[in-house]
Amino acid sequence: MAEPAFGPGMTVRVRDIPVKGHMRTPAYVRGRQGWIEGLQGVFPNPERRAYGADGLPPVPLYLVRFRQSDLWPGYDGGDSLVLDIFEHWLESAEKTHGP
Amino acid sequence: MAHDHDHSASPHPESKDHPVRDWEGREAAIRALLIEKGVLDAGEIRRKIEEWEQKTPALGARIVARAWRDPAFETRLLADANAAAGELGIDARGVKIVALKNTPSLHHVVVCTLCSCYPRTLLGLPPAWYKSKAYRSRAVSEPRKVLAEFGTVLPPGVELRVVDSTADCRYLVLPVRPADTDSLSEEELAQLVTRDAMIGVAQASPPA
Repeated sequence: MAEPAFGPGMTVRVRDIPVKGHMRTPAYVRGRQGWIEGLQGVFPNPERRAYGADGLPPVPLYLVRFRQSDLWPGYDGGDSLVLDIFEHWLESAEKTHGP
Repeated sequence: MAHDHDHSASPHPESKDHPVRDWEGREAAIRALLIEKGVLDAGEIRRKIEEWEQKTPALGARIVARAWRDPAFETRLLADANAAAGELGIDARGVKIVALKNTPSLHHVVVCTLCSCYPRTLLGLPPAWYKSKAYRSRAVSEPRKVLAEFGTVLPPGVELRVVDSTADCRYLVLPVRPADTDSLSEEELAQLVTRDAMIGVAQASPPA
């Protein structure tokens, strides 16, 4: 089983990968910053299974939370949005410590 | 769609009254090939459709009603919804189901922006509006407006959390238990739990 790279509370950015074809990361979160709510498990990669491959090794899948105000212009208030994102779509956005 | 198979010999129970769309033609062609090659027979396909259409939101409602009456069950439901369903004799094997608890200060609403992912093992087939492009796009970008159109107006102090089912989990909303329901039996409570409340576009119904 793949060792998950991210843990709860970590700040992440969704990579903006120019994918053609089947993918599970909607356009509206690409390039946006959110944080890890938790690990949903590891699953065979559906983006490969869609083309006949077995999708192995399985990929960690995270529940990631975003502020709605970070996703949509003019969205005020404390509403949020969560969705499942596979690890290969995420990069760390943890602030490095200052001097 | 150009192909030389004659599908007239295998009328599909799901035949549509409107002109065949591209994807419907493709589905019919694949289905005919699977039957022709002996992978499936028409009866198996019919039985599977029937099986799915016989699953109803009553299954999910039983789970919610039990969770309202039994805090220990609620804890197990939030930890592992597939196993909790199994405790009630409901077959939710297969795709992972995650239950999300609404509270007076947090309200979940579920959508699948990419397609039509839905907790079918507990709610049956999704309603037509759930699959519409309008709901799928607007439920993420202006969810409060969408909820208001369903008659669900959330106070500004309540956090609305949109849940986009993008991958391998399906989401079931555990609505807030309505007030004045202490004397109701589990069966009576289940009557208050509608499909829309478990998607999160509505609250559970008040008691009659």
